Amino acid sequence: MKLLRIIPDDTKFPFMRFRRISYPFSAILSVISVVAFIMVSMNFGIDFTGGTLIEIQSKGGKFDISSVREQASDLALGEVEVQEFGDKGEVSLRFGLQQGGEKAQQQVVEKVKAAFEKDFEFRRIEVVGPRISGELVQSGTLGIVLAILAVLVYLWFRFEWQFAIGAVIATLHDLVLTIGFFAITQIEFNMTSIAAILTIVGFSLNDTVVVFDRIREMLRRYKKMPIDELLDIAINSTLSRTIYTSVTTALALLALVLFGGTVIQGFSYAMIFGVVVGIYSTVFIAAPVLIYLGVRVSGEAMAEEGSAKTAENTAR
Amino acid sequence: MLRFSRFKTISVVLLTLASFLYAMPSVLAPETRASIEKTLSFLPSWIVPHRAIVLGLDLQGGSHVLLEVDTQAVLRAQVNTLRDDVRRILREQRIALQGGISLLPRGVSVRITDPADREKALVEFRKIAAPIGNAMTGVSQPSMDITAQPDGLIQMTLTEAALNEKVRKSIDQAIEVLRRRVDALGTTEPNIQRQGPDRILVQVPGLQDPRRLKEILGTTAQLEFRLVADTGAAPGDVENLPSNEGGPLPIERRVIVQGEDLIDAQPAFDSRTGEPIVNFKFNIRGAQRFGQITTEAVGRPLAIVLDKKVISAPRILQPITGGQGQISGRFTVEQANNLAILLRAGALPAPLTIVEERTVGPGLGQDSIEAGKKASYIAALLVFAFMFACYGLFGFFANIALIIHVVMIFALMSLLGATLTLPGIAGIVLTIGTAVDSNVLIYERIREEARLGRSIVSSLEAGFQRAFATIVDSNVTMFIAAAILFMLGTGPVRGFAVTMVLGIITTVVTAVTMTRMMIAVWYRTARPTKIPF
Repeated sequence: MKLLRIIPDDTKFPFMRFRRISYPFSAILSVISVVAFIMVSMNFGIDFTGGTLIEIQSKGGKFDISSVREQASDLALGEVEVQEFGDKGEVSLRFGLQQGGEKAQQQVVEKVKAAFEKDFEFRRIEVVGPRISGELVQSGTLGIVLAILAVLVYLWFRFEWQFAIGAVIATLHDLVLTIGFFAITQIEFNMTSIAAILTIVGFSLNDTVVVFDRIREMLRRYKKMPIDELLDIAINSTLSRTIYTSVTTALALLALVLFGGTVIQGFSYAMIFGVVVGIYSTVFIAAPVLIYLGVRVSGEAMAEEGSAKTAENTAR
Repeated sequence: MLRFSRFKTISVVLLTLASFLYAMPSVLAPETRASIEKTLSFLPSWIVPHRAIVLGLDLQGGSHVLLEVDTQAVLRAQVNTLRDDVRRILREQRIALQGGISLLPRGVSVRITDPADREKALVEFRKIAAPIGNAMTGVSQPSMDITAQPDGLIQMTLTEAALNEKVRKSIDQAIEVLRRRVDALGTTEPNIQRQGPDRILVQVPGLQDPRRLKEILGTTAQLEFRLVADTGAAPGDVENLPSNEGGPLPIERRVIVQGEDLIDAQPAFDSRTGEPIVNFKFNIRGAQRFGQITTEAVGRPLAIVLDKKVISAPRILQPITGGQGQISGRFTVEQANNLAILLRAGALPAPLTIVEERTVGPGLGQDSIEAGKKASYIAALLVFAFMFACYGLFGFFANIALIIHVVMIFALMSLLGATLTLPGIAGIVLTIGTAVDSNVLIYERIREEARLGRSIVSSLEAGFQRAFATIVDSNVTMFIAAAILFMLGTGPVRGFAVTMVLGIITTVVTAVTMTRMMIAVWYRTARPTKIPF
């Protein structure tokens, strides 16, 4: 049987030569992401803004979305976002925080119920008060910061510090671009998105670690090889694994996007984006950092007296 | 790598069998499960797994309501009690004040100019500053700080510890009351638990309309019987309370009987008007007090006050000494039902505010389950096909390990009583994609070693050995991210973290150990001359 091979054996793609393109390219993308985040901001869900989200489904099938919109704004509950979605007559209504503290939020549900109960089934009601949304913002931010710190510490123990820095730069790069992705696509950003971001962080690092492991192994074996050549060989020899794993992950995510329902669609899109960016950043961002940081000047190399000097020379 | 100790082989096989066994209840339909359990009932119950995975509220439908205790109200109540205590002491000891008792944000202050009186008062005040503390550790702190100044000013402030203790107790008490109330709704398996220092989480699965639940949770249900004030009453003893029957009514501050003296409350219909009412019964103390007052005050209106609102104020036609009575207030049937439930369950020690609500209708939950299932099957099929296309027989091994991996996640979740949510399903789907990563790492390494000209055995050996360190490293980073998500996330998102964490653990067992065994068996039986991919 002929087996499938996506990546031919013995690829010799000169990845390191691309760092002069990839760094400015990533810098531009990062700037675009930051600008998009500041200028248009993200489409924050009620988890973070507070407010009320109600999903209703038409009982009779046919309905007029513009009349729903009209009725909703007639309720005088401030700005309301009305959106039709799915193919079974589903509508989502989103109201902002009401004036008057925690208690005031509850009346939104009452009023919407009264207006739509007759023709619609209530599928989902979410009310997040001002205090909870504030806390969710905190714990979401804290989670991302903690995750990066924890991974940094782990990598620092496990590898030399240059690797840890390289991995964190790559991870921050992925993070910034993912935030840009959310800002530009305007996919709703909620607690599930935080889960997506943390998974992207984990996945991107997973990929980085696999390549770094190989680089370290080769550093020990080929003490005199020029660093860019060594990095290229390391990346090329792990290339098929990188691609295969991403393909299986992407296949699973594709199934989620197509069949997983609307509730987790945003999550799945963000994850697919993250997988692609994660691979790119490992190869074109994380690995080249090692060149700039002079990875051969490591404690380990120093310990081996004879090789230390040559290593240092090569690094420069 | 081709030799495995018998012990290891047996334990892996047993582990797999146990996983299938424990995952069973979650896969079978409830009816089949019941009949199997029946036929196996001769076995001891711990052998037959009967725990199915708990579905999150986003999958089975239901309401999640987070309530917060109004700590300010608890503080106010505490300060009021303190003021009453101080007033009582001063009256009992016949101590004269200069001015009245003034309220501080967290206590009271009085001015006693006579030094002898002041000493006497201080002794009594210290008595009510009963130490609060932990009987277990023996550490105790006073519940109040008392300071006396030479000019006669005495300040009493409640300590932070005393206040926290009070809030904690209020929450415990509130949880009890809420449990009784929610149980009275007749729902299945409600979950009521403390969350953080001042919150209570109520989760009720399968509720169609959360409105009634919220009404029942949000009402304090402080019931009081008080007399409507006569025109000549001193203004300090009267307060105006809103009423169901028009404008506010002047009501005496004195409470005759409270809700805590009720032993029963039932909804009923008035035999004359057919109006829904609530019948109640007092305990002995309540019946005595009620009988006494209604005897004294025949002809005067008696106000039935619920949460500082007059429900009705009927005139006392004759003394009510039987300890029974009825409340009418132009109720609907549902209102009468609710009121009866609330009165039976008792009053909340402090008002609760709803700070978060998430309700998923049963229809959406079912749709989500269907979508999740479909996505999982298709993801698995795609990954199976890809692995088989790339690695042939070895891909097949990886696929078998993948199936066991998913079964293990289910078994572990059933055992741990973890909750499966929609993001949790997404987590499983994602681990289907990433679980084969370990296999890919190993297989690619084997290929590389083989191309370097090693023999089959030594390439297999080196492939597993060298890839292992990488597998551990790469999984630890994923694990850290998932563990942090588990710590910080709530509800559905936490469900995602659970399946990710479990998935990472099982991957290492299935993708590394199991595939290795399968390959070892294959090598021994097929005696291959080259790596088949």
